[in-house]
Amino acid sequence: MISLEKAKAGIKELAVRIRKEMEGEDEIRLMHLCGTHEDTITRFNLRSLLPDNLKLLSGPGCPVCIIPDMDLQMVFHLIKNAKITFTTFGDMARVPFEGKSLFYYRSKGYDIRIVYSIFDAMEIARQSEKPVVHFGIGFETTMPSTALAVLDGVENFHIFSSHRFFIPAMEHLLSLGKARIDGFINPGHVSTIVGVKAYEPIKEKYGVPQVIAGFEPYDVVLAVYHLVKAVKNRERALLNEYTRAVKYEGNTKAQKAMDEVFDSYDWEWRGLGVVPASGGAIKRKYEEYDAMKVFEDVFKDFEAKEDARKKACRCGEVLRGLIAPSDCPLFMKACTPKDPVGPCMVSFEGTCNIWAKYGGYRV
Amino acid sequence: MCLAIPGMVESVEYPFATVDFSGTKKRVRIDLVDDVRPGEYVLVHVGFAIHKVDKEEAKKLEEMLAEIFIESG
Ligand code: SF4
Repeated sequence: MISLEKAKAGIKELAVRIRKEMEGEDEIRLMHLCGTHEDTITRFNLRSLLPDNLKLLSGPGCPVCIIPDMDLQMVFHLIKNAKITFTTFGDMARVPFEGKSLFYYRSKGYDIRIVYSIFDAMEIARQSEKPVVHFGIGFETTMPSTALAVLDGVENFHIFSSHRFFIPAMEHLLSLGKARIDGFINPGHVSTIVGVKAYEPIKEKYGVPQVIAGFEPYDVVLAVYHLVKAVKNRERALLNEYTRAVKYEGNTKAQKAMDEVFDSYDWEWRGLGVVPASGGAIKRKYEEYDAMKVFEDVFKDFEAKEDARKKACRCGEVLRGLIAPSDCPLFMKACTPKDPVGPCMVSFEGTCNIWAKYGGYRV
Repeated sequence: MCLAIPGMVESVEYPFATVDFSGTKKRVRIDLVDDVRPGEYVLVHVGFAIHKVDKEEAKKLEEMLAEIFIESG
């Protein structure tokens, strides 16, 4: 690891260089795509190092936040109407729909267990007679573990897949326009799996500069520096700053496992609408592990509703970088980490939650 | 969710390994990473190793930052 003094000095020097590069320039808008990047940026107050004409926006990089209410309602419908054990990551268990979350249902006696990994959930299934359904959430970083679980094939273990492929969402964001994005800080751990190569098509088609970055403050500031230079020079850059974890090819074993298990469908994202080829559905040939298929009958009478309580929540716009949490009238008033209205305030990777945690808001 | 933390491999019981995260030990799947040995560092995300930490590359970044530091004198 780099010593603290060295890192601090490096960051300071980079900040000076960034300011110099930005002198007299038009506004440059960079977007990061990962909740963990937002955490680094806000915790270390990195935005305060940047000049006013350089904006660091936060994108749809929180897998809990982007799952639409539809999926949540289907899960609630399932636990209410099927005799199952339901396993989930803790973050997801706190997202409310009409004020009720998986934690609420657990308190009402439904068999809901919080797990650290899908392998723990499989262990529960192995020791149980009941069907166990796991809430599969997450991007390409998490999907390989679900793929492994499916390939292991525990008979009474099924997945409710809310997995989303991330790369199609980047393209979708650019095609939506609206929030002008001059450069991307690409998500480090998604990239560990998909590799640098996964971003080549975006580079070819849109030419927006991209830097894959790690999660230390100096990683982020270095990425910003490279991006500013690339934007100014109109370079179609695709750089990898996180070489200690990301290879050009990515993790090919993990990619193979994902390809084997998942098909890609056009699924909805909160804030982004339907994103073509972004939905990680379990392939037909593994349908005995797909909760959607196994509990088909239960879903027959399912109907989705709107959550009236979320009407004023602007999480969708936060996820697209259109507004900052502090632009939402409910932020730290009706909506707090203790009593969250939207998922952006629930998840530890949600921008509203991170801003609430560290304070010192500035875009 | 996408957070991954590095830990040191203590022992391998393929496809699992016991990994030490500065004192906290966890059993993680290692079958998506090639050739994991005790003493090596892996990046772990929700119970599986996504990558072996590349010490050489970590050092390169350190050297590069040191350079910026020296240049700024
Ligand atoms: S502060 Fe709360 S209500 Fe406002 S956008 Fe964020 S999650 Fe939604």
